[in-house]
Amino acid sequence: MLKKRIIPCLDIKDGRTVKGIKFIDIQDAGDPVLLAKRYVQEGADELVFLDITATQEKRKTWIALVERIAKDINIPFTVGGGINSVEDAKRLINAGADKISINSAAIKNPTLLSDLATQFGRQCVVVAIDIKMENEEWFVFISGGQIATSIKALEWAKQAAFLGAGELLITSMNNDGTKNGFALPILDAISKSVPIPVIASGGAGTQEHFKDLFAQTQVSAALAASVFHFSEISIPFLKNYLKTQHIPIR
Amino acid sequence: MIAILKYNAGNSTSVKNAVERLGFSCSITNDHDILKNASKVIVPGVGAANTAMSFLKETGLDQLIVALSQPVLGICLGQQLFCTYSEEGDTDCLGIFNTQVKKFPPHKQVPHMGWNTITMQPSHPLFENVAELEDVYFVHSYYCELSNYTIASCEYICTFSAAMQKDNFYATQFHPEKSASVGAKILNNFLQL
Repeated sequence: MLKKRIIPCLDIKDGRTVKGIKFIDIQDAGDPVLLAKRYVQEGADELVFLDITATQEKRKTWIALVERIAKDINIPFTVGGGINSVEDAKRLINAGADKISINSAAIKNPTLLSDLATQFGRQCVVVAIDIKMENEEWFVFISGGQIATSIKALEWAKQAAFLGAGELLITSMNNDGTKNGFALPILDAISKSVPIPVIASGGAGTQEHFKDLFAQTQVSAALAASVFHFSEISIPFLKNYLKTQHIPIR
Repeated sequence: MIAILKYNAGNSTSVKNAVERLGFSCSITNDHDILKNASKVIVPGVGAANTAMSFLKETGLDQLIVALSQPVLGICLGQQLFCTYSEEGDTDCLGIFNTQVKKFPPHKQVPHMGWNTITMQPSHPLFENVAELEDVYFVHSYYCELSNYTIASCEYICTFSAAMQKDNFYATQFHPEKSASVGAKILNNFLQL
């Protein structure tokens, strides 16, 4: 049976992991490759690396890092952040990234999606969508969640899948950081409306939240950052727990 | 020397990294002499069957591959190219495995993407020291039907060939280079043949 995936996300700035990490046996917790290897050993199913470096001159550091990750990591990984063109994507894929994630650029320029799908195959293209509920409606936000749009979440999800996305990474801004659980109803609605896998993000706080997500929606994967970085949830324990709850897990 | 086929489809770098992690040296090449003289040849693959086959035919690599006598491993699209025919772009393939490649019906999410369990032929050299049931990583929209060449199977929408072998030709639909330690073992078993 196809397994539900658990995906830790690492935020990278100037080639270093941003958030503090409590893994005591990692000497250099700021080294994304060491942290990534640790996650692989623990049973992570995929990894996502998000470059939050603001400036263009740090691009070279980022490409070099992606090359190092590709050399050392033996599971699939996605990279995102600052991808605005086919050329940007090509540099990262040539460096060894399995998938690239695009967010605002896909909304500003929807043909970019079909171009990327044609060039690399849709399995390489993850469309990240930040969504927020206002007046009982879910809307898409862009530019790191700072700018509201009038685009409805479900409509854009369907459109992105149609244009060439191979997967959707949906982050609920209402839930992100709350540790109160995932945005189940909208995640369920989106995953039932698109013919491609959906990765859920935002709100993970306990093991039960992951169980509820997989038991109550059709999403394919769960992504989280801080609960893993701060060892609030250990991946091996989480996966064992989900197995006892009859969720298909590797 | 391990040769990884350089052609217009493929995640050659990922495969090269995985081979090097196992301590083997390898090169990504389309040089006919290097390919013929390599101890092992790997045909990686992410891409479309029709464009890949036209490229192989134009460059004469199609005839070179079928005539190889050392162990050859096709990965993902590589496995599909080893079959007779693919529904992807209505393509005649290399014909090493006398079986066909079909498109998954759209009953579920396609591509079949993620970790899925394969059932392996326990005594097979490719699966030495690997448990009979293991999860490996797949990304594909087309599948090889079960046949006499099937050495591992997997279930998604239907039961299909997760790995195949005929004589010196080995193939996996999954990506051993992305399947964590299990994938590394399988790749290592191939490299040790």
